[in-house]
Amino acid sequence: MDLINFEATELRLGLPGSTDEQPEIKSTPSPVKTNKRSSSKMDSSVPDEQDSSRSPPAKTQVVGWPPVRSYRKNILQGKKSEPESGSGMYVKVSMDGAPYLRKVDLKVYKGYGELMKGLQEMFKCIVGLYSEMEGYKSEYAPTYEDKDGDWMLVGDVPWDMFLTSCTRLRIMKSCDVIES
Amino acid sequence: MNAPMPPQQQVTNLDVNVSSMGSSFPEEVLEHVLSFITSHTDRNIVSLVCKSWYDIERWCRRRIFVGNCYAVSPAIVIRRFPEVRSVEVKGKPHFADFNLVPDGWGGYFYPWICEMAKACPWLEEIRLKRMVVTDECLELIAKSFKNFKVLVLSSCEGFSTDGLAAIAANCRDLRELDLRESDVEDLSGRWLSHFPNSCTSLQSLNISCLSSEISFSVLQHLIARSPNLKTLRLNRAVPLEKLYTLLHRAPQLVELGTGAYSAEIRSDVYTNLTDAFSRCKELKGLSGFWDVVPSYLPALYSVCSRLTSLNLSYATIQSPDVTKIITLCPNLQSLSVLDYIEDTGLNAVSLSCKDLRELRVFPSDPFVADANVSLTEQGLVDVSEGCTKLQSVLYFCRQMSNSALSSIAKNRPNLTCFRLCILEPRAPDYLTFEPLDSGFGAIVDHCKQLQRLSLSGLLTDRVFEYIGKRAKKLEMLSIAFAGDTDLGLHHVLSGCDSLRKLEIRDCPFGDKALLANVSKLETMRSLWMSSCSVSLGACKRLSQKMPRLNVEVIDEQGDLDSRPDSCHVEKLYVYRSVAGPRFDMPSFIRTMGQNPAYRRKKKKADP
Repeated sequence: MDLINFEATELRLGLPGSTDEQPEIKSTPSPVKTNKRSSSKMDSSVPDEQDSSRSPPAKTQVVGWPPVRSYRKNILQGKKSEPESGSGMYVKVSMDGAPYLRKVDLKVYKGYGELMKGLQEMFKCIVGLYSEMEGYKSEYAPTYEDKDGDWMLVGDVPWDMFLTSCTRLRIMKSCDVIES
Repeated sequence: MNAPMPPQQQVTNLDVNVSSMGSSFPEEVLEHVLSFITSHTDRNIVSLVCKSWYDIERWCRRRIFVGNCYAVSPAIVIRRFPEVRSVEVKGKPHFADFNLVPDGWGGYFYPWICEMAKACPWLEEIRLKRMVVTDECLELIAKSFKNFKVLVLSSCEGFSTDGLAAIAANCRDLRELDLRESDVEDLSGRWLSHFPNSCTSLQSLNISCLSSEISFSVLQHLIARSPNLKTLRLNRAVPLEKLYTLLHRAPQLVELGTGAYSAEIRSDVYTNLTDAFSRCKELKGLSGFWDVVPSYLPALYSVCSRLTSLNLSYATIQSPDVTKIITLCPNLQSLSVLDYIEDTGLNAVSLSCKDLRELRVFPSDPFVADANVSLTEQGLVDVSEGCTKLQSVLYFCRQMSNSALSSIAKNRPNLTCFRLCILEPRAPDYLTFEPLDSGFGAIVDHCKQLQRLSLSGLLTDRVFEYIGKRAKKLEMLSIAFAGDTDLGLHHVLSGCDSLRKLEIRDCPFGDKALLANVSKLETMRSLWMSSCSVSLGACKRLSQKMPRLNVEVIDEQGDLDSRPDSCHVEKLYVYRSVAGPRFDMPSFIRTMGQNPAYRRKKKKADP
């Protein structure tokens, strides 16, 4: 026999609202359940959304259900978050003297080093490594336009901040870059 | 060992001692005969014939398989089979894959490697599944076995790339290094450089679970000096633009796992890739395919006609693209895919892939209530109809009906593995709103060779009655959110003659069924029950009645000693063992019947 107080404090992995006592087998089927909405038991802690045609309500997640390995879950979830944040972070890249512009996905790069390498490959020019002390050594310098419309030298701010503020890139000839 | 006896002595001894009949047969002959007997079950039976056969068999046993690492003691196993060359051990219960087994549960490989390092210098192969393997274990492997050849770590954890470096550096004859789906602490990709230039023996390399970038030139050079490399599963970080250079160096590959299958769309990359694949005349299996850019799929067309295995289950490509490539593979035997394939795609598969033996369809969006793709029961029905050799199914979907299950069962009585996961727990037949009892009943009725079954949807005790009566070959059963009373569990335990592994979660099964079937549990490898209605008292009683079972209660709420016997246990894991209770458990796991004081004493005594 279950003690009622104990049940209240019992830590279980069952569905919210479900109890150990199962109803007796009904000879008539339970109330009509359509395919569209999950059962009320599942959604008890999720706000009711009537016609959410845009984003279907997420289910209350039960531990280990559905039986999909976390390895697989992580990969699928990781992929989906990319399109949601504006299908990658494509920005235009122009280079002084080049006849056409390119587009690059900033999300693909983990930091400035990789971005430089990527730009280098794209434009087959020597952009060079950024040095805080000396600025760019080579003929060209990478700059970017931020949300205020100002042209900034690439590399000053932390990478994550750069990602949020960069709207386009321009690889300028070094002689045109004004150093402060 | 006994030398063969001269003829006259054999005749006189024959009447006196029956057990010497074994020794009248020269042991070299028996050993030779035994070398043809490879199945573990058969070997075990052979060893039971008589004492001399037991002795002969143990000296010539080369492969051992331990399905539950806690069922036997490593020391005793190694002592019994001193000439073993290949060891396979499994640790955590299957539900660990779905985070139902708490961290710290156990499954440590260390005690095993300690014994083997001492006693088996000629060990060649280690295969582990769901075990905790530390860098120290890997270092021990690396320096203890001169002839070490094969290391397979399937869903293991606890080690880092430093341990891998030790293996790479020291195992001169390494043939196989397979890390499938293990959780590796990926410190850097440098470990691969530890393979010496003299290492040319690699036949199989699976690093798909690693996230770090590997030096491409190191990888290239390793592949170039491994002429026998047949299986290569790369990790996601290996760029598609460079894949062709690897393929050029390994045109003999039979199985390839690509890295991320995406790159900027460039004609030179495409041409290189197409050309490289066309040179791989032996390629039979493909996997990998993270981040697929559909425009690059046609590069594979030249190998499709030879493919027997295709794993696209990480490829988030939509129906026309995914269907196109699969339907170009008429010899496909094994297919894994996401539900983006939809019913239309599966219908096409049923028409093109007539040799299909195994189908696995995974959910692209498992946590969303509404269907995001048009994949229903119809896809599986079509495949069951068109693919006459289909034996093994793993299918995630959002709706099912009894009539569909019945069709599948009638179409494919040769099914040996049927795992159905309807995403919504307790979902009824979507047409009639009835339980899916009769549908699954049809499955066990028609598929008489069924060895593995996973249930889902709305199910009453009746389905278990069917299973108990008809699923006589069933070895593994997974149950979730099903049944009404203890009768359900009782049907299974009393009826399924071949049952070895039973795993149950969130079912109203309790003490009565368990205590009425205690002897059955000793004929099985293990029983897992979580979020059911089993009381602490029943666990204690079970343990008292069956001393050769380890009845382990897992309860993270703590303070198990002061709980009343009537309280329900969170999780229960019962398994037969000749090694007695284990002592490597965390505080939230208790073996029933173990006096806590005795447990502490024993712990101190252990070295």
